[in-house]
Amino acid sequence: MKVRRSTPLTIIMLAALAYFLLPLVWLVIASTKSTQDLFTTFGLWFSRAPQLFANIGSTVAHDGGVFTQWLLNSVIYAVVSAVGAAFLAATAGYGFAKFSFRGHGVGFNLVIGAIMVPTTALAIPTYLLFAEVGLVNTPWAVILPSLINPLGLYLMRVYAQDAVPDSLIEAARIDGAGEARIFFGIALRLLAPGLVTVVLLTLVTTWNNYFLPLIMLNDPKLYPITVGLASWAAQAQNGNAGANSEMLSLVVTGSLLSIIPLVVAFLLLQRYWQSGLSAGAVKQ
Amino acid sequence: MSGGRHRAAGPLFVAPFLVLFALLFLAPLGYAAYLSLFQHKLIGGTVFVGLDNYVKAVADPLFLRGVLRVATFFVLQVPVMLLLGLLFALALDSGLTRLAKVIRLGIFVPYAVPSVVATLMWGFLYGPDYGPFAQLGRIFDLPVPDFLSDSWILGSIANIVTWEFVGYNMIILYAALRTIPKELYEAAAVDGAGAWRTAWSVKLPALKPALLLTLLFSVIGSFQLFNEPKLLWTLVPTVIDTAYTANFYAYSLAFTGQQVNYAATVSFLLGLVIVIVSYAVMLTANLRRAA
Repeated sequence: MKVRRSTPLTIIMLAALAYFLLPLVWLVIASTKSTQDLFTTFGLWFSRAPQLFANIGSTVAHDGGVFTQWLLNSVIYAVVSAVGAAFLAATAGYGFAKFSFRGHGVGFNLVIGAIMVPTTALAIPTYLLFAEVGLVNTPWAVILPSLINPLGLYLMRVYAQDAVPDSLIEAARIDGAGEARIFFGIALRLLAPGLVTVVLLTLVTTWNNYFLPLIMLNDPKLYPITVGLASWAAQAQNGNAGANSEMLSLVVTGSLLSIIPLVVAFLLLQRYWQSGLSAGAVKQ
Repeated sequence: MSGGRHRAAGPLFVAPFLVLFALLFLAPLGYAAYLSLFQHKLIGGTVFVGLDNYVKAVADPLFLRGVLRVATFFVLQVPVMLLLGLLFALALDSGLTRLAKVIRLGIFVPYAVPSVVATLMWGFLYGPDYGPFAQLGRIFDLPVPDFLSDSWILGSIANIVTWEFVGYNMIILYAALRTIPKELYEAAAVDGAGAWRTAWSVKLPALKPALLLTLLFSVIGSFQLFNEPKLLWTLVPTVIDTAYTANFYAYSLAFTGQQVNYAATVSFLLGLVIVIVSYAVMLTANLRRAA
């Protein structure tokens, strides 16, 4: 069935697209300007003296290269959290999908109920607890809470139900394979697309997280990029100093640099988003 | 499901997750509940006060105002966001739009942008002197409202959140639309249904579970609103205060007020409000489905 395309609908959707791209276009243009030009030239067009590379240079060099440290921290926090969370969700999802045992229903429902508990309402209590045991102001304070992803567990259970056929597990058992070997040798490979989805979800959440690292970390050397940029922005905007502050072009250029890795990862891996989210959205 | 000698393996698979869940989820909640029963007094140190903190919180105008504000935000922003996400998903799924793939990705991309960066960008765009909207207003001699003023700020925050999350909701709904069996469309076409009729009678009913999911995520997101007001606060400290949302209030209590016990109480109550609203939303949805 061939559908005739609609020009009015396309125009409406392109207008919507323009709205979503507008701030990003502004960011790219603004990154080429000096702080003074940010205030004196038209925001949605380039100034006479573009200086993108000079801005990148000063952003990276500012304060002894702390920006690069923040980027590196974000990468470490996000990757360790994402891989860890996906692995934990996959093992538990497989366990809940393919085995029955005492406490099965209670355990699963407890975790699913936790999807409703907001992470930020939990963050202050977690901070208070971590302060007691001396975990505050360490990378673990950011990584550990990110390892538990109740939505990820839910997605993996739904995914494992269909992706790993019971008959395959039975056949492997008859061949004498142990449960661990079945999981690592067979099931994990079949779960890979679901795993990628959970990795992506956690990666984005951790990379973009602001509240948790904000309260957990005091040492600027441990900051992820979000908290670092916000601290620069606070310096730049302090008391509405505005055009006097040279910090603003650093904040703008730093913002651009900070979103590039995730946007690229996102566009490259986008087909996994759809498959993973559809598994979660359809089966309830 | 299987039994026999494999039965022991199930608990081993779920144990790592559940142990960490207990340590990182249940333990903080329990600890917060415990802390909320105490008060730090200048004379006498920390003393057990029972439910006094809760009695104080439910009558605390700052807390109530923060909850009311996020509730207002939820009522105003979430319908717009979900409706846009739904319309975009339907438009892209209908096959009537050219460049559908590019448009879909472009609308989804803001989800990859941290809310810190999103707020910094929009904060600059909103600027009353230097923002491009104000500049355009001056060029064409048109009145442009001050987006960072008292009367506009909540709408301006709503716009930032909408910008960030329309694409995410759209993708969830779009993914659900792609799983509708093609035979249903063919049956509708045989019955003479056009694109609108198909969307209304076939697609929307099939989207109900996905819509409920996006609605629940939105409850959680709205009620714990923090990042956007916190970051705009440094820009316009006279318009936004440190108790602007319930979560911002809890943060200020814990980190600038050093009132740890009361902060734990407020966090706990806010979590409770969110759980109650979430369940109310779910119950309403299920009742309507049953009716």
